[in-house]
Amino acid sequence: MSTQVIETEDDLDFYVTPKPDSASDGHPDTHQDYEHENGTMLGFWIYLMSDCLIFGILFAVYAVVGQNYALGPTPAELFEIDKILLATFFLLFSSITYGFAVINMNQNKKATMMLWLLVTGAFGVGFLVLEAMEFAHLLHLGAGPDVSAFLSSFWFLVGTHGLHVAGGVIWLLVLLVQVLIFGLTPANRRRVLCLSLFWHFLDLIWIGVFSFVYLTGVII
Amino acid sequence: MSHDTNSDTSVDSHGSYKSYLTGFLFSVVLTVIPFWVVLGKPDIPTGLKIAVIFGMGAVQILVHVIYFLHVTVKAEQGWKLLSIVFTAVLLVIILAGSIWVMYHLNTNMMPGM
Repeated sequence: MSTQVIETEDDLDFYVTPKPDSASDGHPDTHQDYEHENGTMLGFWIYLMSDCLIFGILFAVYAVVGQNYALGPTPAELFEIDKILLATFFLLFSSITYGFAVINMNQNKKATMMLWLLVTGAFGVGFLVLEAMEFAHLLHLGAGPDVSAFLSSFWFLVGTHGLHVAGGVIWLLVLLVQVLIFGLTPANRRRVLCLSLFWHFLDLIWIGVFSFVYLTGVII
Repeated sequence: MSHDTNSDTSVDSHGSYKSYLTGFLFSVVLTVIPFWVVLGKPDIPTGLKIAVIFGMGAVQILVHVIYFLHVTVKAEQGWKLLSIVFTAVLLVIILAGSIWVMYHLNTNMMPGM
């Protein structure tokens, strides 16, 4: 019975996103292929690793020029650690709520999954709002990216992370619409798992940002 | 029906409530300690504070990799672990190399800085 339903979803998925290799149609283990044997998940993981190198280079730039203040403001004068703590917990909460969404997806609970994804998105938006407020505050203090090498590298690093989070939120919203229209098709499951990797990865990068840039910055 | 076999493998590779909550609790502790070191202003040397911040950060990254990103020896026939180890090696070379070279360059160019 349920296999029948899945096959129709496969058909639907085939029309929405045509794939050159549709030879797996009809095989009983198509589902596992999507999650474990399909190259997409590993390919996306490799993309994340290359993204990790981008962040690594931005961290290296910050490490090299992050203390060149050019008589401008220093981290201790600019950063508000209590707000960073709040932003950190927003991302941490969003990571675990995304985990709950994936668990519910694996149990085929579509409504609960979408609810957890919405909560995740809300935390992501909350993080972005905090970041936007911080950037506005910095600009208000006259600490834009053009003031010193420290601020250039800071804006570049934290801004790149923020752009990634914004991209993740947009992706999340689009995915919610897709799940709403097409249901938990194999393609949508794979997309949810890809975004899950992306989302947890951004939280991981944030650990480096708050440890290295913010916390170390204000006591050094 | 076909999801029964599916969920069996999913528990391993995509986590359970228990594993996510374990990772979350570890992360909370590993986040609160470094923030307390800065916000609580404990009476310890700056070098030790930085060591605590970096140590906790490194451990928390490992916690995320294991509990949230589900990197295991078996995931994707080992390619997931292999690629992240390779990336980590590259990052160490990039970061340590940049800091080492540029620190000496700074010292030589601007004595006393």
